Amino acid sequence: MRLYDIAFVCRSKNAGPFQVTVDLMFKDLQTYEQVLKSPAFTVENIGKLYRTDSEKICIKTFEQILTIKVVLPRKCSSGSLLDSDVYGSQQHFPLGNLEI
Amino acid sequence: MSSEKKMLRYLSLCGLLGYGYALESLENALKEELDFVGVDAGSTDPGPYYLGSGKNFVKNLQVKRDLSLILPVIRKRNIPLIIGSSGGAGAAPHVNGTLEIIKEIAKEQDLSFRIAVIYSDLPEGFVKKAANGHLFSCGGSPDFDPAMADSLTNAVAQFGTAPIIEALEKKFDIILAGRCCDTAVFASYPIWKGFDPGLALHAAKIAECGALCARPVGANDSLMVEMYEDHFTVEPPNPARTCTPDSVAAHSLYEQPDPNCFYEPEGKIDLSGCTFEQIGERKVLVKGSHLVPAEKETTKLEGAFLAGYRAITIAGLRDPSGIRHLKEIEEGVRASVAQSANFVKEGEYSLRFLRYGLDAVTGDNEKENPVLPREVGLVIEAVASTQEKADALVGLARSKALHQGFPDRKATAGNLAFPFSPSDFSGGAVYEFALYHLTDLPLEFEVKEVII
Repeated sequence: MRLYDIAFVCRSKNAGPFQVTVDLMFKDLQTYEQVLKSPAFTVENIGKLYRTDSEKICIKTFEQILTIKVVLPRKCSSGSLLDSDVYGSQQHFPLGNLEI
Repeated sequence: MSSEKKMLRYLSLCGLLGYGYALESLENALKEELDFVGVDAGSTDPGPYYLGSGKNFVKNLQVKRDLSLILPVIRKRNIPLIIGSSGGAGAAPHVNGTLEIIKEIAKEQDLSFRIAVIYSDLPEGFVKKAANGHLFSCGGSPDFDPAMADSLTNAVAQFGTAPIIEALEKKFDIILAGRCCDTAVFASYPIWKGFDPGLALHAAKIAECGALCARPVGANDSLMVEMYEDHFTVEPPNPARTCTPDSVAAHSLYEQPDPNCFYEPEGKIDLSGCTFEQIGERKVLVKGSHLVPAEKETTKLEGAFLAGYRAITIAGLRDPSGIRHLKEIEEGVRASVAQSANFVKEGEYSLRFLRYGLDAVTGDNEKENPVLPREVGLVIEAVASTQEKADALVGLARSKALHQGFPDRKATAGNLAFPFSPSDFSGGAVYEFALYHLTDLPLEFEVKEVII
């Protein structure tokens, strides 16, 4: 299953001008844990997907509301000459395509 | 607790000054006693342009609407109104712009106010001094290039609760703050009155977005907050909205790198022991958040520089061969522009092709789709040192792109469908963030009095 299909919220947004965070929210604990335990869901893999340094990627969990947050570095700062998503609100792909 | 009061209540007018709020929300909120009203006006979300240019992201008429309803209320009740990061980016031109709007309303409604204006612009030479070992990367920002210190326009510091508390002590009617932390708008009063700073800052973090923590979500509506000794409550005054433990907890995810804590000049606010409990139909009680005071005081600085001037053209492609060969068209256009543009040197301008429908949004992060779309939207952008040069570059690129040859070209009369005449648009100045760093150097924020 694609991450986009098993999460009920899959969204991205700037966290300041130099980072984007992807929020993944799940309906039940089982799915939430399935994603966290998946060998595909690692900073190394996500780094490959976004062609970025995996050491700069963080995965944070918030079990209380079954949410996983992925913090990604921006390749260029928000609104700079190379940017194409000032608010960072469409950067949840390619992560959404990850097979869990 | 040092305060004689065991509870205080405040209203967050809306998520961003000018985004609007329901009149019914204000009327309902006013059924209760309020200690103060706060509203945040700031955001870096819309990008560096607004800080760099000194312009407000929200239009004056929107700000005027939101202020014209609340100003007579705070006058009548004699409670303070605190506006944070005035004018969006909170530099002097933004603060002064908001002050003008307040003056206009005061004149129209025959009101008078004692206003505390707190500017957050950095003193001259400060960035240069700080660049010498006193700037620390923040939120993924790259190291600051000291050579950029003189190029920044409107560099500001984001102050915390201290200057606002100073203004509160002097009993002003309105506190018009320059760039400040969103939390400072709402946490200053409770901290001043002796409430727990961890709870006050957490409540403020939720309140600064208005009814964004409610369902249906709404940055364009109000939120009521009550502070108590060991907890706080949040409730939207608009009966059409509801707060639930999940909706309030989920708010701590918003635009934050870590849902379990956040950082303010006062220290780290630890949310890991936090609980959310429904009390009443639409109200949520929060407790357990606490402040771990900062070991050394730091202040976040923001600054942008002028990167050039932009011009764009917008066109569509329907021809399948044209869509298939867009990269070749782009290469041809680049070469032709480089050859024809005698008014700029190589490296003095940038050209960009944004191919909507193919890869404009996520770029090379995603593999090319083997199935090509029926249509593609193309934005060609030129950025150069003057508007005139950018306009000329995009004009050149547009005409070359229209007639550029490529293999299997059947539509030999033109490659592009322009929806508009004129087809090109001058985009104005382009800014970039360069300063987004913490400093450990001390900064003073003077509270200035303006009487209207």
